[in-house]
Amino acid sequence: MTAQALLAVAVLPFLTMLAMVLHRRENTPSLVHAACFAVSCILGLIGALAVLKGGADHVQLPVGLPWLKAHFRIDGFSGFFLVIINLGAAAASLFGMTYVRHLKHPARVAVAYPMFLAGMNMALMSDDAFSFLVSWEFMSASSWLMVLADHEEEENRKAAFTYLIMALFGTFCLLGAFGILAQAGGGYDFTSMRAAKLDGLQSSLVVLLGLLGAGSKAGLVPLHAWLPLAHPAAPSHVSALMSGVMTKVALYALARLLFDFGPTPAWWWGAIIMVLGGITAVVGILYALMQTDLKRLLAYSTVENVGVVLIGLGVALAFKGEGKTSYAALALAASLYHMLNHSVMKSLLFLGAGAVLASTGERNIEKLGGLIHRMPVTAAAFLVGAAAISALPPLNGFVSEWLILQSLFLGPKIPNWAMKFGSPVVAALLALSAALAAATFVRAFGMVFLGRARSVAAETAHEVSLSMRAVLVFLAGLCALLGIVPVTVTSQLSGVAQNLIKAQLSETIVQGWPWLAPISETRGSYSGTVLVASVVILILGTVAVIKGFGTRNIRRGPAWDCGHKEASPNFQYSASSFAQPLRRVYGATLFSAKEEVDMPMPNETRPALLTLRLIDPVWQGIYQPLANGVANLANRLNRLQTMTVRRHLLMMFLTLLLMLIVAALRRVVP
Amino acid sequence: MTVFSILWQVLQTLICLLAAPLVTGFVRTIKARLVGRQGPSPLQPYRDLIRLLHKDLVLAENASWLFRIAPYVIFGFTWMAAALVPSFTTNLVLIPAADLITLVAFLGVARFMISLAGLDIGTSFGGLGASREMLIASLAEPAMLMSVFTLALLTGTTAPARIIDYVLAGGVGLQVSMGLTLVSLLLVAIAENGRIPIDNPATHLELTMVHEAMVLEYTGRHLALIEAAAMVRLMLYISLISCIFIPWGISQSGKGFEGILIGLVSYGAKVGTLAAFLAVFETVIAKMRVFRYADFLGGALLLSLLATLVLYVSEAV
Repeated sequence: MTAQALLAVAVLPFLTMLAMVLHRRENTPSLVHAACFAVSCILGLIGALAVLKGGADHVQLPVGLPWLKAHFRIDGFSGFFLVIINLGAAAASLFGMTYVRHLKHPARVAVAYPMFLAGMNMALMSDDAFSFLVSWEFMSASSWLMVLADHEEEENRKAAFTYLIMALFGTFCLLGAFGILAQAGGGYDFTSMRAAKLDGLQSSLVVLLGLLGAGSKAGLVPLHAWLPLAHPAAPSHVSALMSGVMTKVALYALARLLFDFGPTPAWWWGAIIMVLGGITAVVGILYALMQTDLKRLLAYSTVENVGVVLIGLGVALAFKGEGKTSYAALALAASLYHMLNHSVMKSLLFLGAGAVLASTGERNIEKLGGLIHRMPVTAAAFLVGAAAISALPPLNGFVSEWLILQSLFLGPKIPNWAMKFGSPVVAALLALSAALAAATFVRAFGMVFLGRARSVAAETAHEVSLSMRAVLVFLAGLCALLGIVPVTVTSQLSGVAQNLIKAQLSETIVQGWPWLAPISETRGSYSGTVLVASVVILILGTVAVIKGFGTRNIRRGPAWDCGHKEASPNFQYSASSFAQPLRRVYGATLFSAKEEVDMPMPNETRPALLTLRLIDPVWQGIYQPLANGVANLANRLNRLQTMTVRRHLLMMFLTLLLMLIVAALRRVVP
Repeated sequence: MTVFSILWQVLQTLICLLAAPLVTGFVRTIKARLVGRQGPSPLQPYRDLIRLLHKDLVLAENASWLFRIAPYVIFGFTWMAAALVPSFTTNLVLIPAADLITLVAFLGVARFMISLAGLDIGTSFGGLGASREMLIASLAEPAMLMSVFTLALLTGTTAPARIIDYVLAGGVGLQVSMGLTLVSLLLVAIAENGRIPIDNPATHLELTMVHEAMVLEYTGRHLALIEAAAMVRLMLYISLISCIFIPWGISQSGKGFEGILIGLVSYGAKVGTLAAFLAVFETVIAKMRVFRYADFLGGALLLSLLATLVLYVSEAV
């Protein structure tokens, strides 16, 4: 099975070559995307098979480092992620087929796109540190190229630069984690790492480096700063992949490290990750709430969802550390479910934003509005995605957040005070982030699709191509399906989680179709299927009664609006005014939000002015000082460049001496 | 699953819809009497709803399909949520389908839709209402979930029927946390139902309105559905608070018709008492400024967090 998957991945580099050779031909990009769609479908099916079959399939290729070779392995866990990745990839590729025609430089995207898919898939299949890091870097570099696809824009160049630095930082951290594991385990393949015996300090260091490395890619606060810059800068279908899918590769790496081949860290690492996840979720969604760029808003919402997943992973880790393995399996399955759900809904939302962008050329939600009339299918699909990501039943986002909440409610079962006090606080943070997500997406959907058009572009918009609409509808259907029949998914997930945490979960998570009862029957249960059926019956009954009761006459008239007549669409609530109460309540402390109103006197003719200032504490507090420090250091080191030959030789001599001393010391002090 | 659990479920679903206007009317009548007015009959809400149902629909020119399906979704989800709160018996067929978290989320769906409907026409009033509604929700929802958390810690479950079983079995006793949770839930209930001091259900053409601002453009049967949903929601919160904090009288599974009868009578008494309390509370308190909501609901959130912590302390002692 692994061999077949590798064979399918091997097609992708050829597509890159094809895109390079035929870059002048107009339909090459579409063709490349179509081929990528086919490959993704195959890889996704292989992943699904791996999940259903269980067990692991190992392949060793005679490439890579001579003493290591390249190891690849697909087990249920990587199979599950292959499904997530390739589901998103297939949707994005199909969408991209016609979407690339709206781009300025489709050929540039077509070159990097297949390599991006190859990198992500290989990272999931790798079974040694070397192939993993090479694939990881392929993934980063090719997505970086696509962020730069529109490099004529200053903003995109800046985003790409930040991305590059953060990607290098992440890989550097992962390299360190792998290094410690390899030294203890005696080899760079994951099988030897699994056998590594680490002391407390070493294992803490591995977890810390893994968290920094994978966290910087996934968007853990405060390492998230690059994400809302880089994700929106890429073409929309690539944004969907970066936000919906690439973050999952990072979370896969973290989960692999924490639950499979890494050390078993102390329970308090679980508490730390849980709290970090809670902070990430709330901060991410608060940022999202303040944005006026639709794609940046979605990118910040990714930060929120990564936080939600991290809460689940942290709780699972804490339970595992305490030996409560069946609860750990529940929390892990919940976060896996949320990863699947988030990749579906975020792909849907980003592709929806792409459809809006393709049809209006506008990303600023202050200049959109009323698109529900001109793009009804896109609007309906986007609405489903918005409701799902706001954790509203009966859609998928609700089920996974419900499971994560249920596992958080078990947190106080761990007999130490950090978890006892931590889990209610984190549960409050999770609830807060879900409520704020609803506000964010009411605002996003309302400003883009509802109301009156705020610009000519929005007024003259038209529905996108059939294949693009089909992808949106398919993903929206998937959001509904994953929410309405959750038990079908969780029964597979429990198998996946079982492999990592050696605990029986099937009897606790599934109480027979369609009841989802995560812990026991009496602890609280949920059934999307039954609820949907009942609500549909109630609504249909209402419709029937009303139909028989009153008149069916409908008259159309101008909006009443309490007797006001609002001539210009600018009278509507704008995105900024919608966010104002929330900004005052939450933003005053977090973003030091300041509003200044400059109101002209009655006899003046100048316009009134509202200035709004938001200060990003992360940039101000961490990145800016760091960047300044590096720049300072570089300036000082500049002097070394213009030394005489004599001094250069002296430097080399001193370096050599230093290294000899280190070597000697190591021999004396083992 | 028995025939009776289906029968009681149907009865409960009908009661929480058909009695809801009476409760709202009852609150209005008492409020009117308290300020020295005669007031309308408690049956007035029924007449209002019927009148609205018979009226023609006037839609704004740019109302979209979302505006037209929203009332049905809002009404359906609110009604469903109300049907899932045990009122006179816990022997209901749909009880295992939803726990308290799901109930909160169901009301969230209704709120999501009503806010979107408020934005659909593109008037400044609609946006104003939607924006404030989301602010209130962002504070009230976590407070409510924290109350659920405390209840889950106390009783070991998030399912309302099991909580009732636990409380009736004498498992809780007189707990400080239970009291704090009750206060927190009451504050949330006031906010979520748009009652004074957060919102004024009787206001119109006033810049302080929240709920009414979103539904300004609705007419006829759509307005009837939305008004009915608001009444059902009030009923839901009253049932929820009474079933968790004063569950005595509710018929548990295994009790016969006599139990059901006691359940129905005691439920009526509980609802009447709580509705009277609400009317008195609303009469003696003044409406609050928008930006003081954060204090009010932040207080609810902190109270429920405090309830959890107090629970640990009482366990440790």
